Amino acid sequence: MGRYVARRLLLTIPVLLGASILIFAMVFALPGDPIRALGGDRPLSPAVVEVLKERFHLNDPLWIQYWEYLKGLLRGDLGTDFRGRPVLDTIERTLPVTVRLTIVAVLFETIIGIIAGVLAGIRRNSYFDNLVLVSTTIIVSIPILVLAFIAQLLFGLKLGWFPIAGTRDGWFSYVLPGLVLASGSLAYVARLTRTSIAENMRADYVRTARAKGLPRSRVIIRHTLRNSLIPVVTFIGADIGALLGGAIVTETVFNLPGIGREVFDSISSQEGAVVVGIVTLMVFFFIFFNLVVDILYAILDPRIRYD
Amino acid sequence: MTDQQQMDLRKDEVEAGTTTGLASPSVDPLSSRQNSLWSDAWGALKRNPLFWIGSVLTALLVVVALFPQLFVRGADPRACDLANSKALPSAQHWFGYDQQGCDYMANVVYGARNSLIIGIFAVVVVLLLGVVVGAIAGYFGGFVDGIMSRIADIFYALPLILGALVLLRVGPTTDIPILNTRGPGAVALALALFGWMTAMRLVRSQVIAVKSSDYVAAARAMGASNSRILIRHILPNAVAPVLVYTTITIGVLIAAEATLTYLGVGLQRPAISWGLQIAAGQDLIRTAPHLVLFPSIVLTLTVMAFILMGDALRDALDPRQRA
Repeated sequence: MGRYVARRLLLTIPVLLGASILIFAMVFALPGDPIRALGGDRPLSPAVVEVLKERFHLNDPLWIQYWEYLKGLLRGDLGTDFRGRPVLDTIERTLPVTVRLTIVAVLFETIIGIIAGVLAGIRRNSYFDNLVLVSTTIIVSIPILVLAFIAQLLFGLKLGWFPIAGTRDGWFSYVLPGLVLASGSLAYVARLTRTSIAENMRADYVRTARAKGLPRSRVIIRHTLRNSLIPVVTFIGADIGALLGGAIVTETVFNLPGIGREVFDSISSQEGAVVVGIVTLMVFFFIFFNLVVDILYAILDPRIRYD
Repeated sequence: MTDQQQMDLRKDEVEAGTTTGLASPSVDPLSSRQNSLWSDAWGALKRNPLFWIGSVLTALLVVVALFPQLFVRGADPRACDLANSKALPSAQHWFGYDQQGCDYMANVVYGARNSLIIGIFAVVVVLLLGVVVGAIAGYFGGFVDGIMSRIADIFYALPLILGALVLLRVGPTTDIPILNTRGPGAVALALALFGWMTAMRLVRSQVIAVKSSDYVAAARAMGASNSRILIRHILPNAVAPVLVYTTITIGVLIAAEATLTYLGVGLQRPAISWGLQIAAGQDLIRTAPHLVLFPSIVLTLTVMAFILMGDALRDALDPRQRA
């Protein structure tokens, strides 16, 4: 087990490096002259432009810029944007918003997804089962962009139940964007639970439990559910990593100042350092949670041995 | 074992809810057995109403994309009259008018072509990249596989929308052909470059699963070349899962295109696109909600058509999941 974890940790290094080089190379070519844009209407003097270009290594070739960046990264320094604000401060300001949004989304997908999946799975081909199948198909078909507008129109403007933009109402303002962000995963969790439960309901140990005369609720909760939830838990774990990086659309439509919207704004304003910093963080989250899930799998399911 | 016996066995197994492996036709080299998998699948598809809903929607979409003028009731998407600005849907103009006073139904109908072109072009590039890289990685294994799988991991860790977003911002300033055009080709290419990894993994695992089987060894013993073994003997096994994946992915890519266009990096005016319509309608959501609603509904139906077909295909092609 220890050797497996060490091997996996080592394998994440080239992936993390590769992803940051990839994004660095693309951002390197971002159009426009961000230094000139700083001056606004009054053009900066050529001397100032030169000093600024020197400071941000803008005259150096790509690989030297990347090397400078990497050296900073190892010291925990993500660099500064063109206005001199540390990228780390920007992340500290925006990350909590994204984390809150992710927590709300994961709560939605876990609670609603698992309950719907269990109810559908224990009675296959029932009315409720078909309802879950049809509604999950519809939900995964609605692009998140469209879902966001439907939610804003229906629950925000027509019914007035939830705020539709900003974070002024604390956790309450995360309900609608959280639900929208969770929708696809929620449908997947419901389907995964349904299939897993239906499969395990036919397993020998469940038949044995029933033959022993255990009450139905105990058979389902203690025997079927615990085994069925292994793939579901691992999916949700990996999904946390994806949600932390995939909220560009949700955060933009609902006007939440998280890392997704920050990276979108930074792409538009050519703040390369911010884009590279945040995207590297997103990639790190993604890899980290996938690693956690793989280890979790071995702990939850003793049949799996990595060594 | 005849086909009939095999079908009986499978039926028994499905009813009993067990799998013995006896009824699995997956590693049989006879082409007649291969046919029976596909004809079985067709039999299952025919009875699946969701498959029919999906394929009728898709067929309709293709006809609309090819001949949009048949569906606009004589209106021209570019003939606009500001006097009609934001007019609500009526008996004459089912979708109403947009802010510039253009017939909205004509605009939504003409938007289908771009979505479909991008979806299909992107999926073709995804398949090319995925099949070639996946087949090479799976067949040769070892160092080659290690390098190619790590490259796929790197792309996999970047969210699709984010990668395409940056690439499309950068694209117009480069001299890379297609990518610097801001047209449908650029959007499709950007989506494919950040979306080929799943196809690659799918093909790779299928190739690894069958490359050590007896009939591949037999082909090698007969002196067949690597490329012939790959193309004639190994890749046909991957057709079924890749077909399912492709169908669903067209829908996913069409949704991604609308998202990128909405975010301002995809298609640009004066192109007619659902993403542009949703973006323009967003600011008017309080006064003219139909401007967001109609392109959204059509976009959703399009994505749903492909997902329904893909789901039905998966159920039909994987007998173990049949219930």
